Amino acid sequence: MQVKTTILSLPTEEFVHPGTRACTGCGLAIAYRVGLKALGKDTMLVVPPSCLTVLQGLFPVASTKLPCLNVTFASTAAAATGILATLKTQGNSHTTVAAWAGDGGTSDIGLQALSGAAERGDNFIYFCYDNEGYMNTGAQRSGTTPIGAITANTPFKGKLQQKKDVPAIMAAHKLSYVAACSAAYPLDLYDKIKNCLHLPGTKYFHIHIPCPPGWGYDPRYGIKIGRLAVETGYYDLYEIVNGEFKLTAASEKLVEKRKLVPVHEYFRTQSRFRLLTDSQIADIQQKIDEKWAGYYNKDE
Amino acid sequence: MHIIENGNAAAALGVKLCRASVIAAYPITPQTPLTEKLSEYVERGDMKAEYIPVESEHSALAVCIAASSAGARVFTATSANGLLYMHEQVQWASGARLPIVMCVVNRAVGAPWNIWNDQQDSISQRDTGWIQIYCADHQQIIDTVIKAYWIAEKVSIPIMVCYDGYILSHTFMPFDLPDQEKVDAFLPPFKPDYALRPEEPANLNTVTLPDVRMDVHGELAHSYMEIRYLLQEELRTTLAVAADAEKRFAEIFGRCGDPYIESYRCDDADHVAIGLGSLTYQLRVSVDALRKEGIKVGVMGVRFYRPFPDEAIASALKGKKTIIVFEKALSYGYEGALTSDLKSALYEHLAGTGNLPSVQNFIVGIGGREIRTDDLTQMFRTATLGRVSREPTWIGLKL
Repeated sequence: MQVKTTILSLPTEEFVHPGTRACTGCGLAIAYRVGLKALGKDTMLVVPPSCLTVLQGLFPVASTKLPCLNVTFASTAAAATGILATLKTQGNSHTTVAAWAGDGGTSDIGLQALSGAAERGDNFIYFCYDNEGYMNTGAQRSGTTPIGAITANTPFKGKLQQKKDVPAIMAAHKLSYVAACSAAYPLDLYDKIKNCLHLPGTKYFHIHIPCPPGWGYDPRYGIKIGRLAVETGYYDLYEIVNGEFKLTAASEKLVEKRKLVPVHEYFRTQSRFRLLTDSQIADIQQKIDEKWAGYYNKDE
Repeated sequence: MHIIENGNAAAALGVKLCRASVIAAYPITPQTPLTEKLSEYVERGDMKAEYIPVESEHSALAVCIAASSAGARVFTATSANGLLYMHEQVQWASGARLPIVMCVVNRAVGAPWNIWNDQQDSISQRDTGWIQIYCADHQQIIDTVIKAYWIAEKVSIPIMVCYDGYILSHTFMPFDLPDQEKVDAFLPPFKPDYALRPEEPANLNTVTLPDVRMDVHGELAHSYMEIRYLLQEELRTTLAVAADAEKRFAEIFGRCGDPYIESYRCDDADHVAIGLGSLTYQLRVSVDALRKEGIKVGVMGVRFYRPFPDEAIASALKGKKTIIVFEKALSYGYEGALTSDLKSALYEHLAGTGNLPSVQNFIVGIGGREIRTDDLTQMFRTATLGRVSREPTWIGLKL
């Protein structure tokens, strides 16, 4: 049975010190803080170079209170395997190993190692925090940058290609657990982590992370924008437990409501989408509607 | 106990005796029989270890880096392009000061593809901050693996145990298989000063700035430059640690040698050939042949290549007329890397003494080209008569 956590029942113990080096309004700061609360004290972390490396601070000061190994860009999942292997030799089956990587570190350079670990079924949780670009290096396009978004290296036309569907790739590995979450719905993230801790093998989390400098909006609107992504049906919250797909939280409620906010409402909040034409938006809207028609059908 | 086995098996047996607890590897010829052997030991229960069949060499070393950071004694092995694919991780392992032991079964690197032996792979990793030891026979392979763990764990610096693909990895030779009790007496369980664990959280390998910063107690902490300086300093002191290892090894196993170099008929020699690995044993045949002709020659194998035992080598070569360096790799655009290192050591220790020998460089066996002993003898003889060429001379080239 699923446990529904509320803001009042969230544990008060913090594993991220206040005053991190994250940008003002960073969505990752929320997801990481809440995520670590769900993972708990008996956790070891693996982090490749990414915004999280910056958030965690500069030597010799660190903002994370859990043991954390910083590793090379392409090796996140393999490093998690390595820590897990040592724990096994020590007879330790209680400590959780969790990797936190960005979308570039996951969908592009880290995909091979992640696929390898998932195929081996190594028992750890992999979090991809998806701010939809190489934000740490100045907002270049990544495999998960959405179509139409202006980035530092798609400056005049916006990205011409689709966003890579990493959760689907991971689901194809027949994992025990795949989840899509958002920093704008931290309690959904918290519950999903709690609910998958006991499951075997590799668990994959994809977290949508609003990014003020990368997406081009006033930092105070991060949560609103993250929610709009869900309310427009553009980004869905779901989990796939042993192959069973299920929408969760706000996305689940949208199925009942049968009413999506038009996607242009989402695009107009961010300067990265300013080149999108009406026909491009109509095209995207049509794809969203088709996807949701599928969800409605399943519901009936 | 004396057994007859191939070089890869010698390495695998060494790793087993050392009780490595996490092994990660990706297949590449000619390393494969070594890691296959280890997977056999683990699956059969002869060895209590986690064997991770990773999806790339980059991940093989990633697993070792993480497992070692968490306190395990780890092992991996590779060859050629596998080693090159690891390169980023190779640098990371030494920067993170992890006592990883890795066998490099030497093979040519592409392009074009070539699976045969030369030493371009490990030579290309010379400047990565790893210790590099070269073996000349099977006994040295198994003994070096055992010593390597002891040295690596003493100084917290990773070690490459290098041996020639096929020539050593796939040939069978008799060697003494050390007793487990003796290995246990020589090599205590791995207990690092700090291992990553939930009870004592730390954030390892975080971002450093160009200058030092204060920690939370207001004390100045080392920064990148200090950390890198200490790696260099401690690599240099590793030479003394290697001598200790040799001494301790001799006490327990009853066999020993010079920790850095292996000389054959060098004492009264006027001309000395130098090289890395099995080639130096082949050169012994040339030495014997030339000695019969009355030419006073010897051969020296460099066992410890990084840190470079410059003083030991220079003092052993003092007063020699000619040094002939035979190499299976080179620093493209100049000459053999060992040749340059040797010249530098001779200049440092012998310049101005009137004892500076002349140095010649021969390149052999690139991409597994057959090294005929007759050719070695012939070139060796010619080199004793005077300089053949300012540039490295390639032996066996068929242009």
